[in-house]
This record gives sequence, structure tokens and C-alpha cells, in this order.
Amino acid sequence: MAPSNITPEDVRHVARLARLELSEAELERMRAEMDAILAYMDKLRSLDTTGVEPTSHAVPLRNVMRDDEPRPSFPRDDMLANAPDRAGDFFRVPRIIEE
Amino acid sequence: MLAALSIEALGARFRDGSATPSAATEAYLARIAALDPKVRAYTAVTRDAALAQAAEADARFRAGTPRGPLDGVPIALKDVLCTRGIATTCGSRILEAYVPPYDATVYERLRAAGSVLLGKLNMDEFAMGSSTENSAFFTTRNPWDLGRVPGGSSGGSAAAVSADMAAATFGTDTGGSIRQPAAFCGNVGLKPTYGRVSRYGLIAFASSLDQVGPFTKTVADAALALRVIAGADPMDSTAAPVAVPDYRAALGGDVAGLRIGIPREYFIDGMDPEVERAVRAAVDVLRGLGAKTEEVSLPHTEYGLAAYYLIGPAEASSNLARYDGVKYGLRVPGARDLVEMENRTRAAGFGKEVKRRIMLGTYALSAGYYDAYYGQALRVRTLVARDFHRAFQTVDAIVAPTTPGVAFKVGEKEDPLQMYLNDVFTIPVSLAGLPGVSIPGGFTLAGLPIGLQVIGKAYDESTVLRVAHAYERATDWHTRKPVLS
Repeated sequence: MAPSNITPEDVRHVARLARLELSEAELERMRAEMDAILAYMDKLRSLDTTGVEPTSHAVPLRNVMRDDEPRPSFPRDDMLANAPDRAGDFFRVPRIIEE
Repeated sequence: MLAALSIEALGARFRDGSATPSAATEAYLARIAALDPKVRAYTAVTRDAALAQAAEADARFRAGTPRGPLDGVPIALKDVLCTRGIATTCGSRILEAYVPPYDATVYERLRAAGSVLLGKLNMDEFAMGSSTENSAFFTTRNPWDLGRVPGGSSGGSAAAVSADMAAATFGTDTGGSIRQPAAFCGNVGLKPTYGRVSRYGLIAFASSLDQVGPFTKTVADAALALRVIAGADPMDSTAAPVAVPDYRAALGGDVAGLRIGIPREYFIDGMDPEVERAVRAAVDVLRGLGAKTEEVSLPHTEYGLAAYYLIGPAEASSNLARYDGVKYGLRVPGARDLVEMENRTRAAGFGKEVKRRIMLGTYALSAGYYDAYYGQALRVRTLVARDFHRAFQTVDAIVAPTTPGVAFKVGEKEDPLQMYLNDVFTIPVSLAGLPGVSIPGGFTLAGLPIGLQVIGKAYDESTVLRVAHAYERATDWHTRKPVLS
């Protein structure tokens, strides 16, 4: 797989996944920057990592459990206080479902 | 001058009655008022709340019931740490108006210890950067040269301590964001072991790497500050239930017989020769104190940066998915539907570097590339960690430069990769989850600070601080102050 040489279509696709609106100028700049950065990342491929376990966390931790006891949660008004738009006890958002 | 004192010296004055927390707080607020228009370390100064907290501390000292070494001590927090009722912006437009409903565990513990919050400190947006130039609001200046950056991402935290605008500050380090600015500003910046300090209330960037730590004027102060913030937390399952020692009590011992490794790969082409000279001289100082120094090899060092700039962005792209304009933060109005609202809110709310990392991370995690990029980066992370484990079989601590160069000029590094190279000596330590501290290790001829990094085994901050303390006692770099008027 040829890793770098990212196309504008790749960038558009990733921007859609990431929910980022990019202007055409931003898109081209992003493409060039990602291309350069990923070309640098390609040095990782020169390492043979056959049989090497991946590390997703530096410190080995098993599941940490606590007792399942109900505790008070944050007051509803505190949680809604930062809402950009609310309707009563709900967060209000623009239309989700097509008419 | 009260504002110049260490935590320890300040505490002694509070106890003998020759100064009060209120007087110290007023001294710091006066310094901030006079100097911060130039340095620009603070995003917010919480003057009234600080004076109220200080008055409570005064009363405790008057009653003879102070809470401990941080009682009445004026501190400040990087604006990535949530403070209840006080705006916490993370250096971003998207959180510009965000007022957290709870305190980060770190601040809760500092408050319980009696310390006085002076305010919140500037940073690169979402802690992504090495200069504070990525702050959505303004760039903090280096107190040693106002034309230069303080480092980042915790640049405000580092600059505030060096300019005596706080007795201590707290920042976060994901790939070097405490140690690099401490090096650039010439103070003590400690990144504890991953798992040593709770991340609850720390706005997440890369959850497998983020860690909170102190900036202080002396190594002893770092020991005192770490003790207060360290330890298990029911709100963060990764804050490990490992006993927290009395770090201060572990200092003062000598380093005679201690085995100190010098990593061959940390002296590279293109590094500032003055930095290399200073670090080699520091090794001589430690040897003069009786430490046994030996060369060690960390052969995967050169791959750390590439692995980090895949892992960090991958985790960030997931963590930052929460900024969707629904529950808190910015929302761009006028969108026809939810997806358009999200697309436009995130486009307007995030800066260039944050967008770049979200894009890189999303790409690295996307179908078809996941194993080649993200999977490979995780395997390389294992190799980097193994390098350290092997080295620590023969040495007790590792001493190295913190950064390849000293503070650069504002606007000097425009290419993102050039900026990333700042972190080449701090990132491997982060990938391995180990503790590391940057301490003053000299000055260039032009008068800019040079950072010396001490790295230790997991949860062995005591040895890291002991080596740093021995070096500090044998040198006087930490007593120099920038000239600011």
C-alpha cells in the first residue's frame, strides 16, 4: 500500500468522518501538510515489529471495579447550564430526521 | 520580596508569622498586574476568590492549625484543568464560554491543602503545541526574552513561575508539555509516572499519555507539590493505588554510588552545541558527587516521535469528538440540520493545529490504514518502552537533555514537523509512561535557560527528584531570575 500521496478525495472523506467543514483552500493546505507528516511517519514501516505486542497503555491495568452503589449525580441544572440551546430539561438540536 | 520565595521558604515565613498568606497573595497579584501585560501567562486572574482563600489561610495560621506545606501558598492552573464556576477554555474558541460544574481532582486536592488559586494559565489549544502560539487567544512570552516563546503546551504555567507570578503552577504533559516549557523558562517541571496523578477534570487530549504535574522554583517544592496531588482516585480508574511516599523526605540524600545512565541516542546531529555542552557538564557534576555514570542505549528513540504523532492524534480525534455543539461549548447557529451544525461548529471552534491532528488521527484510525499506521505505532511504543526497561536493569536513573535547543523566537517555526521535533527527547519517556523532570541545567551565552532531564523507573519519582535535588544543590542555575520590570 502506498501510504502517502494523499488525494483531495481522501482528505474530503476524512473531514466528513471527523465532522470538519473545510474550505477548498483549507483542504489543499491540509492535504499537503498531511502528506508531509505521513511521509515522515513512514519511517515506522522500516521497523520489523513481527511478534511485538502493541502497547495501548503504558501502565498495565486490569479492569478496575467499584461497588455498584447508587450515588447522587450532578444536579440537572448544573449539567444544562453550559448548553448552547435548551428546551426545559432537554438539549435542543437542529433537525436530525428528514421530513 | 515574597513573590520570589519558594514554597518552602514561604511556608516558613507563614509559620514564624513574618508573612501571611494574604500578604503573599497580594504580592503575587501586584506582580501579575505589573508584569502580565508583557508576559501574558494568565487567561484569567481570580483576584477576589484568591483574597478570600488567603484570608481563610491567614486564620488557620493565626489559630496555629495550618493544613500542611501548601497552606496559603499562591498557585495557578493551566486552563486545561477544570475549576468549578471558573471558565476553563483549554485555549480554544470552542470552550471559550465553558464554565465547569466540577473541580479537577488535582485542584480539589490543592484546595483541600489550603493553597490559594491566583488564576488560570494560557496554553496551546487542547494542549497541542510547543510554544503557546496555538492558543486561540494570545501567545505567552518567555520571561527571559519577551521575543521568544515560553515553550508549550503548558507555556503559561512555565512563564508564570519564572516571572514570579505564582509560587507554583500546575500543567499537563502528554509528550513533553511540562518538561519542554520548564526547560525553555528555566524552572523545575515534573511529569509524574502515568497513573500517579488523577486525570479527573483534566480535559482529555491523549488519554493514554496525559499526566498532570507541577512547575516550581526548586526541586524540593516539586516534591511537596507532587505529594499533594498524587494518589489513587475513585474518579479515575487509571490513577493507580500505589502508595505515595514522602517525596520531600527522600531528598537530601547524596547520589554517591547511584548508577546514572546517559543515553547515546539523546545527543544528535543538529542539536544546539551549547545544550550538549551543558548536559555533558551536568553529567560531570553528578560524577563529581559520586554517582556512577555510564552510557546506555535507547535504540528506538528516533522512532518515538513518529509513533507519538500517530497515537496522540488518534486518541485526540476520538476525545475531541465530544465537541459537537450540543451539551456545552460553542454552537454555530443557523444550520439546517444536525450534521451541518456539527461540521460548522467544529470548523469555527477549532484552530489549525487541532484540526490537523483530528484529521491525522481520523486518517490513522480509518479503514484500510488502521494497522499500517495506528497498529504499527502501538507496536513501536512497545519497543520504545522496552528500551527503557532494559536500561533500567543496569541504571537507577537516566540523565539527558530535555530539548535539542533552547527557546525559539515567536513565529520562527511555522512548519508543523519542525515544531514537533522539539519533543524528540521527551516523547519516548511519555510513551513508556515514566516519570521525568526538567531542571535548570545552565544558560547559553545569550542568557537563555537550558533544561536537564532526569528520567526514572515507573513510580520512582523519589529517585528522579533525589538526583535532581543533588544537582540543584551543587549548582546555582536555579537562583538566577529573569530581569523583568
